[in-house]
Amino acid sequence: MIAASTLAKTSLAPATRADVEDFLYAEAALLDEWRLDEWFALFAPGAVYEVPTAGAPDDDDPARALFYIADDYVRLRERVVRLGKKEAHAEHPHSRLRRTISNVRILSASAAQLRVACNLVCYRAKNGKVDTYFGHCLYELDASGPQWRITAKRVVLDMDLLYPGKISILL
Amino acid sequence: MTLLERTLAPPAPRTGLVVEDREGFLFRVARKAFTDLEVLEAERRAIFDRCWLYLGHGSEIADNGDYLTRSVGGRELVFNRDRGGAVHAFLNTCPHRGATLVREPRGNALSFQCFYHGWAFNVNGRFASRYAEGNYGEGHYSGGCADLIGVPRLEHYRDFYFITFDRNAASLADYLAGAKEIIDLVADQGEAGMEIVGGAQKYFIDANWKLLAENSVDGFHGLPTHTTYFDYLTNVGGLRPGKHPYPFREVTDLGNGHAVIEYPAPWGRPVARWTPAWGDDRREMIEARRAHLVQAFGEPRGLRMAELNRNMIIFPNLVINDIMAITVRTFFPLAPDRMAVSAWAMGVKDEDERLRALRLFNFLEFLGPGGLATPDDVEALESCQRGYRNQREAPWNDISKGMPRGAEAHTDDEEQMRCYWREWDRRIAQGGAA
Repeated sequence: MIAASTLAKTSLAPATRADVEDFLYAEAALLDEWRLDEWFALFAPGAVYEVPTAGAPDDDDPARALFYIADDYVRLRERVVRLGKKEAHAEHPHSRLRRTISNVRILSASAAQLRVACNLVCYRAKNGKVDTYFGHCLYELDASGPQWRITAKRVVLDMDLLYPGKISILL
Repeated sequence: MTLLERTLAPPAPRTGLVVEDREGFLFRVARKAFTDLEVLEAERRAIFDRCWLYLGHGSEIADNGDYLTRSVGGRELVFNRDRGGAVHAFLNTCPHRGATLVREPRGNALSFQCFYHGWAFNVNGRFASRYAEGNYGEGHYSGGCADLIGVPRLEHYRDFYFITFDRNAASLADYLAGAKEIIDLVADQGEAGMEIVGGAQKYFIDANWKLLAENSVDGFHGLPTHTTYFDYLTNVGGLRPGKHPYPFREVTDLGNGHAVIEYPAPWGRPVARWTPAWGDDRREMIEARRAHLVQAFGEPRGLRMAELNRNMIIFPNLVINDIMAITVRTFFPLAPDRMAVSAWAMGVKDEDERLRALRLFNFLEFLGPGGLATPDDVEALESCQRGYRNQREAPWNDISKGMPRGAEAHTDDEEQMRCYWREWDRRIAQGGAA
């Protein structure tokens, strides 16, 4: 379990990669532990959460191209609400999850905004089968307040096909 | 067939895997049909080698020189438009020694060249390499033996391209039968036609391919499986009670194993059915589209296009679902318990970009492997497949719902699946023979 305070950044010094890693690792733990309400609280109102189709370019536009997931803030909230219900059949009982975040990079940083990238491998185990999702994540973080907020998270799968058949979890 | 001929004709052969008792209102399908390798081999011969199979939409190769590669019916194909605009479907194998010829998923080319030994071809399939005298006889250049091999038959209806490996098959138009009218209801939604929008969702499901055929037209599972989707619609104001002021058939047997269900539903339809969740700024645009459909096609048909949802299975493996968005979906078996699925979004050509964005947003709320509904379908199909491990003691699926209603079946009955299974049974029993 992680303390919520892990997610707070109190220093006014410029963000370091270690700060970003702390944030991303804490986010990953919330997802692996199915603490989805706390995970959703990391997002700023108006944030987006997107997963383009396998093979799509990093900057694909969900207004023009078909994605797997292109949630606005409201639909992301509803996705989280849905996953909390036992009628979300694909994830009830919950699958077991563990993800590894690595290759963290700060792409750009200002006092108000951070753009960061990392690599992701996420394992999902259920019914005697292991699904592997791998790709890279692109984040935009609002760093203006005492607690960082995600304003955009895009998970770009580096798979040529969606072998697991579905993305029933949050990546 | 006349009455006399029908009377004299021997009873149609049956596989024994599909059992229908019309008097007892019982229709059962053996779970072996979903698990058995010999059944899959029989399907390859009797269905995938003989039926018309969906290849792609003309909009995917819009410009001369456009090509894409695709797996269809166990073959690897190139679907392309040549320099003169003619559409082709070639087997993606070099006639020389067999290497895969086109290895990019899509692109635009003036010619194709095999990387292995360098044989080259015009995009119309003609052998285009020229070697010094003594390498090949003249027949190699003029006789066609070095040309790309096309699929035996390629035909299209309203820009939906189909192939068959059966040279003697009836025409596509005859094969599609009543499905043509339903395709029209989709194809007529755009004044300039329809197009596939931005890429495919490709995924695997660990379940028999026919489970997805059933699921795609199954109105019975909607509420129990997708209750969380309806919760979502309620929460975001996406529900508006559906109604259609004209009489309509809920389930239609379209012939040759094809079937469709049509129904009003509470969700919005970017084609022409506004819902409060979309806001007033888009209402006017959608109402204008609706008025246009009514003006162009008359009120009964225009409102049918705007208001009614339709889920159609075209035997054996093409689904066109015109619901909260339009999806075109095809799937092939890789093994009895595994299928490869390709799904596309279809939209109106030259669509207003705000409507296009809305269409895609709406697609993803239900459809696709990351939607709020389809993952639970995938889960259901895979759980059926796991359940079939019990088939020795629990050998039958029951798809009898609505049989006492006869031809007046309801959307949440299973008559549409029975149409499919009767054709499956007929074709498998007949085998691959002509």
